[in-house]
Amino acid sequence: MSRIDIDGIAKSFGRRPVLKGIELAIAPGEFMALVGPSGCGKSTLLRIIAGLEREDEGSIRLAGKPVDHLPARDRDLAMVFQSYALYPHLTVAENVAVPLTMRRLTTAERLPVFGRLSSRSRAIRREIDAEVAQACAMLGIGDLADRKPGQLSGGQRQRVALGRAMVRAPKAFLMDEPLSNLDAKLRVEMRSEIARLHRRLETTFVYVTHDQAEAMTMADRIAVMMDGQLIQVGSPEEIYADPSDLRVAEFIGSPKINVAGADAARALAARLDDPARAQVPGLRLAFRAEAATLVDPAEGGLVGQVVHLENLGADLHVHLAIEGQAEPIIVRRDPHAPRLRLEERCGIVVPPERLLAFDTSGLRLRAPQMRIAA
Amino acid sequence: MTARHSKRRRAVLGPALRHATLLVLAALTLLPFLWMVSTSLKGPDEILVADIHWWPRNFSAVENYGAAFRMAPLGRYLLNGALVTATILVLQLVVALPAAFALAKSEFLGRKALFAIVLFGLLVPYHVIAVPLFVSLHAAGLLNTYAALVTPFSISVFGIFLMRQFFLSVPSDLVDAARMDGMSEFAIVWRVMAPAALPAISSFAVFSVVAHWNDYFWPLIAVSSDALFTPPLGVVAFRNDDAGTHYGPLMAAATIIVLPLVAAFLLAQRRFIEGIAFTGIK
Amino acid sequence: MTNAVLTSGTSTLPSTSKRRRPHEEVASWFLVAPAASLILLLLIMPLAAVLGLSFTDYQLGARAWSYVGAANYAALANDPVFWRSVGNTATYAAIVVLGSTGLGLGVALMLGRSSLLTQVWRTVFFLPVMGSLIAMAIVWEFMLHPTFGLINAALGLVGFAPVNWLQNGDTALGVLAVIGIWQQFGFNMVLFLAGLSGIPQSLHDAAEMDGAALAWDRFQLVTWPLLAPVTLFVVVISTIRSFQVFDTVHALTKGGPNKATEVLLYTMYAEGFEFFRTGYAAAIAVVFVTAMLLLTLAKVFIAEKRIHS
Repeated sequence: MSRIDIDGIAKSFGRRPVLKGIELAIAPGEFMALVGPSGCGKSTLLRIIAGLEREDEGSIRLAGKPVDHLPARDRDLAMVFQSYALYPHLTVAENVAVPLTMRRLTTAERLPVFGRLSSRSRAIRREIDAEVAQACAMLGIGDLADRKPGQLSGGQRQRVALGRAMVRAPKAFLMDEPLSNLDAKLRVEMRSEIARLHRRLETTFVYVTHDQAEAMTMADRIAVMMDGQLIQVGSPEEIYADPSDLRVAEFIGSPKINVAGADAARALAARLDDPARAQVPGLRLAFRAEAATLVDPAEGGLVGQVVHLENLGADLHVHLAIEGQAEPIIVRRDPHAPRLRLEERCGIVVPPERLLAFDTSGLRLRAPQMRIAA
Repeated sequence: MTARHSKRRRAVLGPALRHATLLVLAALTLLPFLWMVSTSLKGPDEILVADIHWWPRNFSAVENYGAAFRMAPLGRYLLNGALVTATILVLQLVVALPAAFALAKSEFLGRKALFAIVLFGLLVPYHVIAVPLFVSLHAAGLLNTYAALVTPFSISVFGIFLMRQFFLSVPSDLVDAARMDGMSEFAIVWRVMAPAALPAISSFAVFSVVAHWNDYFWPLIAVSSDALFTPPLGVVAFRNDDAGTHYGPLMAAATIIVLPLVAAFLLAQRRFIEGIAFTGIK
Repeated sequence: MTNAVLTSGTSTLPSTSKRRRPHEEVASWFLVAPAASLILLLLIMPLAAVLGLSFTDYQLGARAWSYVGAANYAALANDPVFWRSVGNTATYAAIVVLGSTGLGLGVALMLGRSSLLTQVWRTVFFLPVMGSLIAMAIVWEFMLHPTFGLINAALGLVGFAPVNWLQNGDTALGVLAVIGIWQQFGFNMVLFLAGLSGIPQSLHDAAEMDGAALAWDRFQLVTWPLLAPVTLFVVVISTIRSFQVFDTVHALTKGGPNKATEVLLYTMYAEGFEFFRTGYAAAIAVVFVTAMLLLTLAKVFIAEKRIHS
């Protein structure tokens, strides 16, 4: 359990910058999710923390000590890879044991037959076997110990990879899209399992994913990355309710946040107590599907036409086409509310405090700033 | 600090040592080629001496290469080689492609049996059946002809196998679409599958050309007259001749015979190496 | 609902291309007919003929011949030249397989990640595979010349007495093996390079994270086990190629001196095409092809065992 400090990390591949000065402090025992669209540099950042990639600038500190000169193996970190990276020729138990044998046994002691001759090596091996068995039992793969990775299902391989990472109690766990090769159902199961594992181990987790749902459901804090930059860091609640950038707002949350363009914004802003707010040029207003309610068009608000109804059972997502706007607005509604018909016209009303304002560049305009701008 | 220092030194020393080792190995690998070319440029007085010098003092390229072409019909050998390898390749492709297509994409009586025979054929080196082939060509009066050089290789089970494996990876939908469009099975082979299989065909072509251009065993058995010699037979005949002690012209002849493939390889290395690796791994 | 119907519909639909249809069946026969008849004519029948001939005393050009049962095989079993030939072939194969596999693997590992220089090395090491072996054998012969060969001249510089490499029974087979290694290792290198590039980078990363500190540890943990199928393949293909050694023997030593380089294929060639003892040569061919088949079966067996253990 260690803190990780990321200080001004920059990295280019050839001429293409992939990380542009990342600053991030990860607290001991924290579950930090690095989330962003593919190509945003999150995996590169993780590999730099791991020591598998060298940064061009900046520094990584583990538990306060710079580790930039240390190769990956000496940083005492464990990593779970997207492809699991299990050694295909070794059994489950042998796979999990590798980090321990590599560290505790000398090269001579690791030799197939001779290695078992010394009593020291036998004692260490017994110790390792016990720890491996314990780790496997904890992950529910104890009965698979003698199988090879090729004979396991995706979920089982995932557990073996986790076992190999946790068996030696590293300073921190690094996970690179560990669930992306699993099917949807298993992914949801493993999500809660990894979260539970984190609570139990109380170790620092750094978890890279492009799936905002994984980040939202598992992490203590989320770091959103775009184009090699860190855009916002905060708890899932903060990131969701109070995004500092339109790109973050659009990336996080499902269904996607609604963004109203200039005309639509004026209609929404008409109901604001301070209509001057809508005067900022290029202003865009965004709101979540659950923040809006549908009213009779006569009651005002933004008027749209129902183009699609998506019934998810617990929720009903109403897609409304707005004149002059390409993307429909999505409003969440109770499926038991009076039925809507396609092509029906509705008014969309959003309470002012749930409208998020962004300027042309996508930067969030908060209320005090807005007054100044107005 | 010291750890960092020694690590950096190792990081420089490692590759340096690696490339030094590779340099020595590369020099040893190239040695015969370099010595061949070097000797082919030297005058007779500086060849039959026991000292080592690489650069000719008495530059005799014109004499040696001229003598090589005068002493033996080298041009004829090369032409024979080109003719034989090209004919073999064309025959192999014409026979193998349709069969490979049928084995990969159609269901017919005897398909499994035929494929089993193809697999078995892969295990039999042609040297083994040289005796009966020789006997039957002798009986047919075809020995010592171009036909004798080409016939045994008109079928390549390896070619069938390789193309079948490749065709398996071509989506069946493509074949079905062509059938829906009214193409005959022959048209599908030559107008749909062959263009799709160009990478595999070129790999096989490299494999086949290298094998048959350099083949020595079968031509040695099949032909005896000078006019039909392929390059390998030609260079050995040159050596066995009185000319064989004239090392300058001999090395010039060897250079001429080695050159075509080596030049083709140097021009299209990637193609060659990938082709060999592809045909090797199957 | 519609989704369910659609998916179940497509999954039960038979693959149209594999279903048997009469006109397609006839077309297929036309497609395979040339290949099938040539295989019969140029592979199966000759093989049967080899087997048949091996039980006769047929001599090329002879009018009469008779069935002699296993007499050819009995003669082989008592023929010291044949046994010398088997022993030489095995020795040659052992040296060349070991040398060309080891060197091929070593060079492939040293080449590592691709850079411009790497490509230059790769080209150089592959060159002998391309050069006509028979022409290069003649160059080797010249380099090994006892009085003005490059090798003896070089050894003379460091004080060694000249050796008549190809005429000396102690060195001839070894020299041929060195030429064999020189010619083959580049081919093996290419196969190993292909195998190495097939090992996922994430496994090397995992080994690094797991604390494999020495290059040897990473080799043992990842490279060697994952390369095992390629290595097996390289060993088998090198063995098959070494067993077929002929060109260098025929051009440089003719099996001599005093049978020191007599190898199976050369013995078969000499019996069949120089002494025209066709039946006897056929018996050698049968022994030869049996050895090849056993070798391949051994490979399949080892590969299966590895997969199922």
